[in-house]
Amino acid sequence: MVAAAKTTALHAATTWPHTAHWPWYVTLVYMAAAVMFALSLKWLSSHKTARRGVKIGEIGMAAAILATLFLPEVRQYNWIFAGAVIGAAIGVLLAVLTPMTAVPQQTALSHAFGALAAALVGTAEFYGHHAQLTAGSTAAIGLESLLGYLTFTGSLIAAGKLQEVLPTRPISYPLQNPMNLSVLAAAVACGVWMCISPHIVFLYPVFVGLSLLFGVLLIIPIGGGDMPTVIALLNSYAGLSASAMGFVVNNKLLIIAGALEGSSGFILSMIMCQAMNRSFLNVLFGQAANGKSAPADDVYGGKIRTTTAEEVADILASARRVVIVPGYGLAVAQAQHVTGELFELLDSKGVDVQFAIHPVAGRMPGHMNVLLAEADIPYDRLQEMEHINEQFADVDVVIVNGANDVVNPDARDNPGSPIAGMPILNVDKARTVVVIKRSLSPGFAGIANPLFARDNCLMLFADGKKATLDIIQEVKKL
Amino acid sequence: MGSSLTSNLFVFILAAFLGYEVVRRVSPQLHTPLMSLTNAISAISVVGAITIAGSHRDGVLLISLGAIAVACAMINVVGGFMITDRMLKMFKKRKDK
Repeated sequence: MVAAAKTTALHAATTWPHTAHWPWYVTLVYMAAAVMFALSLKWLSSHKTARRGVKIGEIGMAAAILATLFLPEVRQYNWIFAGAVIGAAIGVLLAVLTPMTAVPQQTALSHAFGALAAALVGTAEFYGHHAQLTAGSTAAIGLESLLGYLTFTGSLIAAGKLQEVLPTRPISYPLQNPMNLSVLAAAVACGVWMCISPHIVFLYPVFVGLSLLFGVLLIIPIGGGDMPTVIALLNSYAGLSASAMGFVVNNKLLIIAGALEGSSGFILSMIMCQAMNRSFLNVLFGQAANGKSAPADDVYGGKIRTTTAEEVADILASARRVVIVPGYGLAVAQAQHVTGELFELLDSKGVDVQFAIHPVAGRMPGHMNVLLAEADIPYDRLQEMEHINEQFADVDVVIVNGANDVVNPDARDNPGSPIAGMPILNVDKARTVVVIKRSLSPGFAGIANPLFARDNCLMLFADGKKATLDIIQEVKKL
Repeated sequence: MGSSLTSNLFVFILAAFLGYEVVRRVSPQLHTPLMSLTNAISAISVVGAITIAGSHRDGVLLISLGAIAVACAMINVVGGFMITDRMLKMFKKRKDK
C-alpha cells in the first residue's frame, strides 16, 4: 500500500510537477472544505438553514485558501496579493451595486470570470510544463482550456444580450449549425493532435482561438426567452472547467467543487427545458419550432376587451382570492416594488393574494422569486406552477403582469401550436383575468395568445409599473 | 498520471452524484441563489491559480497569468458569497401584525 503510494507519487512527480507532497494539514483542510461545500448546498434546501449554508461555504473557502498559502510550492506572495485585492474589490462592487433586476447578467459575468480563471491556469500549465507533458496530461489541460475559453466568451455574449448591449433576438445565418459544429470539430481535432505531439507549441494558440470562437458561435443564435436554459448550461460548463482544472493540478477539492456546480447547472437546465417542453439540442441549435399558429388578426379580431385601472379596482373590491402572475416584463418595468405595495394593500383588506411563478418566467431560474422577495412579499405566497394550477378555478381575479407565452392556453389545447405541450399556468380557468401589457405584440415564441380574446379576459394596455400604481390609487379611493 | 487519473475520476463521479442528490432538494424559489452559491464554491479554483502566481520557477509571463486568474476567481469568491447572502436575506416569512 505504502510502496504503491510511493511509486505513484514518484511516477507522478516525474511527469507532473504539481503532485509534489502536500503537508498533511493542507490535505486535512481540503477534506474539511469539501465537506463544508457539500453541507453548504444541502442547507440551501430550506429557507431556515439557507443563510447558514452561505456561512459554512465561506468558512470552507477561507480555510482552503489559507492552507494553500502554506504549500511549499508557493514561494512569493506579491502577485497573489495583488490579484486577490483587485479581484475582491471588483467582487464587492458587483455584489453590492448589482440591482436585483440585473442578477441574470451578473451571474453570466461571474460564469465568465470563473471560466477565465480555469482557462488561464490551463494556459499557464501548458506553457510552464510543455516539455514534460504526456498525452494524458495534455488531454486534461486541453479539456480545461476548451471548457474554460468557450464558457468565457459564451458567458460574455450571454451577459451582453441580457444587458441589451447586444441584440437579444437570435442572430442566424445560412449553414449556421454545420459551421458551428465544424469549428468544434476543428478544436477537438487540434486538441487530439496536441495530445499526440505535445511538443508542437503552435497548436495550443490555435486551439485556444477555436475554443473562444466556438463560445461566441454557440450563444449568438440564442434568444432572450431561452436564456434561463442557457445560463444554467453555462453554469454547468463553468463548474466543469473548474473540475477539469482539478484534474490538471491534481487537486480533489477542485474536482469536487466543480462537480457540484456542474451537476447543479445540469439539473437546472433540465428543469428549464422541461418547463418549455423542449430538448437541450433544440435550445442550443435553435431549431425553428414546428407547427402553425393562427394569425394574430384571426385570434384577436373584434374580441379584445380593454379595461381601465378604475374598473380593475372595482373588480378587486369584490374579490376574495387574487393571483398575480409576474413575467419578465415586470422586471423590465422595475415593477416589483409597486407589486409589493399592491399586495400589502389587498392583503390589508382581507384579500387572499398569491403569486403564481412559472419556472421559466424571467431570464434565469428563480429570478421572479428573488424580485418578489426584494419587494417584501413573504415567500409562502410564492407558488410553484404545479401547486397553483389546481386552484385557478376558485380564483376570482388573476393579474398577469409582463408574462405572455407561459399563460398561452394554446400550449395546452392546440396540438398544432409551436408551443404545444409546454406546461402553462391555467389562468384562463379563473373567473376574471386582467392582463397588463403595453400592446398586443407577441411574446418570445412570436405567436398570438388566444387568452387575450377570451370572454373572461380584460386587457389593461399600459407599462407594468404605471398600471400597477394606477390600480393601487383606484383601490385606495374605494 | 494513470492511477491519479482513475482516482480523480472516481472522486468526480461521486461528487457529481452527491451534487445531483443535494441540489434536487433545493426549492425552486431559491434557484437563483443556488446558482450564485455554486458559482462561489467552484471559485475554489483560486487555489490552483495561487500555486501558479506564487511559484518561483515559472517566467514572469506565466506568473502574471496566474495573478489574473487569482483576480478572476477572487471576484467570484467574494462577489458570489456576498450576493447569495444579499438575496437570501430578502426572503422573509409573513410578518405578524
